Amino acid sequence: MSGDPVMVAMSGGVDSSVAAARLVAQGRHVVGVTLKLWGGASDSGCCSVSDVDDARRVAQQLGIDHHVFNFGDDFDRHVVTPYVEAHVDGRTPNPCIQCNRHLKFDRLLRRARALGFERIATGHHARIVEGPSDHESDRRPMRHIGRGADPAKDQSYVLYMLDQAQLACLELPIGHLAKDEVRAEAARLGLRTAHKPDSQDVCFITATGGRSAFLGERVELTPGRVVDGTGAEVGRVDAVQLVTIGQRKGLRTAGGGAARYVTSVDLATSTITVGSRRDLLDDHTTLHELQWAHGPVTGPVTAQVSAHGRADHAHITGDRVRWDEPHQRVAPGQSVVLYRDDVVLGGGIAA
Amino acid sequence: MAAYLDNAATTPLGDPARQAMAEVYDARLGNPSGAHRLARRAQQVLDEARDVVAEAVGGVAPGDIVFTSGGTEADNLAIAGVVDRVGGVAVCPAAEHHAVLHPVQQRQGRVVGHTADGLVDLDSLTAALDEHVTIVSVMAVNNENGMIQPLEPIRELIDRHAPNAVLHTDAVQAAPWLDLADHTAPADLVSLTGHKLHGPAGCGALAVRNGVELAPQLVGGGQERGRRAGTHNVAGIAGLAAALGAIPAARPHTTDQVAARRDRLADGLLAAVPDTVETGRRAGKIPGNCHLCFAGIESEALLFLLEADEVYASAAASCSSGAQEPSHVLAAMGVDRRLAQGSLRLSLAATTTAAEIEHCLTVLPPAVARLRAHAIA
Repeated sequence: MSGDPVMVAMSGGVDSSVAAARLVAQGRHVVGVTLKLWGGASDSGCCSVSDVDDARRVAQQLGIDHHVFNFGDDFDRHVVTPYVEAHVDGRTPNPCIQCNRHLKFDRLLRRARALGFERIATGHHARIVEGPSDHESDRRPMRHIGRGADPAKDQSYVLYMLDQAQLACLELPIGHLAKDEVRAEAARLGLRTAHKPDSQDVCFITATGGRSAFLGERVELTPGRVVDGTGAEVGRVDAVQLVTIGQRKGLRTAGGGAARYVTSVDLATSTITVGSRRDLLDDHTTLHELQWAHGPVTGPVTAQVSAHGRADHAHITGDRVRWDEPHQRVAPGQSVVLYRDDVVLGGGIAA
Repeated sequence: MAAYLDNAATTPLGDPARQAMAEVYDARLGNPSGAHRLARRAQQVLDEARDVVAEAVGGVAPGDIVFTSGGTEADNLAIAGVVDRVGGVAVCPAAEHHAVLHPVQQRQGRVVGHTADGLVDLDSLTAALDEHVTIVSVMAVNNENGMIQPLEPIRELIDRHAPNAVLHTDAVQAAPWLDLADHTAPADLVSLTGHKLHGPAGCGALAVRNGVELAPQLVGGGQERGRRAGTHNVAGIAGLAAALGAIPAARPHTTDQVAARRDRLADGLLAAVPDTVETGRRAGKIPGNCHLCFAGIESEALLFLLEADEVYASAAASCSSGAQEPSHVLAAMGVDRRLAQGSLRLSLAATTTAAEIEHCLTVLPPAVARLRAHAIA
């Protein structure tokens, strides 16, 4: 065994399988853990028994110990409950970011340290980029999350909240590989997850029931009116809580004419306002809960507002992102991640 | 140095069972339902095993020992067998093993409460009893807290308030420690399994006393007098009988030795680890059980550290994914959920050595201290 012992989070998917295999190949002491997060119905995510089986079988193949940590209570508290509350408050939550923030890079990291593991690894498609310190007094290397090598699979967006302390103990063994290369390596190693489909969407929302079934069991969903800029009713929705700024579909507006976009959601009066694409444009977005990898940044950045969306040119000053070109309004609750040269500087949540 | 302290989960196979099973396999016996000599020899092994099990359980004819695939099947056969046969309502306490609790709940049965020491709350039980109740199931020894449940008072309440009910007891955890003929005498149905008493897993029995009639849950070839179809696991049954038959002679010595080692372990841990609560009452437990709750830690993390030093134990039940689930037994006893998160069951057997106890005493206190130093992690 060489190098520091490392605890690798194994979801039962191909990415974390190969991440674990690469750590084993380095001759490290590796322990695999699968987080049991969600006890309810699931069809796509990382929490089902069959996914735990896959993680365990891969660990057996690699000859490493595998444990299951039940973080269900924390998942309810930090991910599921805020997800429901956000809908009630008219915000668009990002549960995967909350899961990373509270479960993988807080709860798991603390658990790992308590068990004698100073390093954890995940199968995210992202890289850790090291640069020289920009501080006079602190000469330790400065770390940032960089985009994964595969642009279609890049997951740097969901890791924007990591600070220097967290980055110092994180390893991302597959971030420099394209997805095809990950699958090819898994196949070469004979890992049973080599051809397993990628997980989709939110792990606790089933494809059959969707958000409406999930939220409908937990809160009262209220129907609402859809109005245009003049206040005239142009359609109806079954649940205003499920409507997001920028949404085009599912508004049951009369056909024909230019596409209509949701420009505002007023939960107090259950009113959705729609307008043209131009009505949706903003010249700036205000952020709160800003987090920086290495201190606040001012000046030109590219800013990305969804996990696999485009990054657009902007300037950040304080808590304000000023878009170089007018930008589609960012739904409140969504994370805005700021990059420079494909490296994550930090991010925040759209107000 | 390793310490196996998870004997309430499963015990290592003992020599009597191993030898009896090897004899069956080596003799290449037939299917006991067959008509030739090798079949008859298998039948003889079965018949003799029935005699041994009937003798150990007491108050039951050898023909009323129904061999099953284990304790879970025996429990299901008891609950479902009675309710499917005569209808009515099943009743059990909340801290029963899930092999009883789930069949009772599945049939809309009644679940009654416990006192803080883990025994059945007799007032709660009384309130649940009436003429509609057809079966009451109360385990002889709880698998988590090790508490011995006296069955006479339960029987008296049933006779008084539920005249149509039979009494079933899951004696899976009791068999290595208690005289079943004496302790389970008030029960009509008694569940056993091999692997908790140094016999094989996958083989158990339901003893049927007093002519209780059961609807079979497995139908087919009509084995076990029509109460449980399926080709007999002859070797397993021989192993179960051999293991069970070997217990009484060794019991006085085993009981004293294990109790002394358990006391050394429990007292040592209570002295070495502050803020530790012993679950239940030690005087009311089987000798093999040491159950503790360590405040401010999570047993999942503790088990990880113990395993790293080759101490093998368990907390509450594991779910099908392998994750630790909150203990329904501790919840039934009213143990605070946060305290219950730090629960640990160390279970001993006749095979547990003094050196294993000392190893655990060396390893466990620093593990708890480490986790506490890392706060809740």
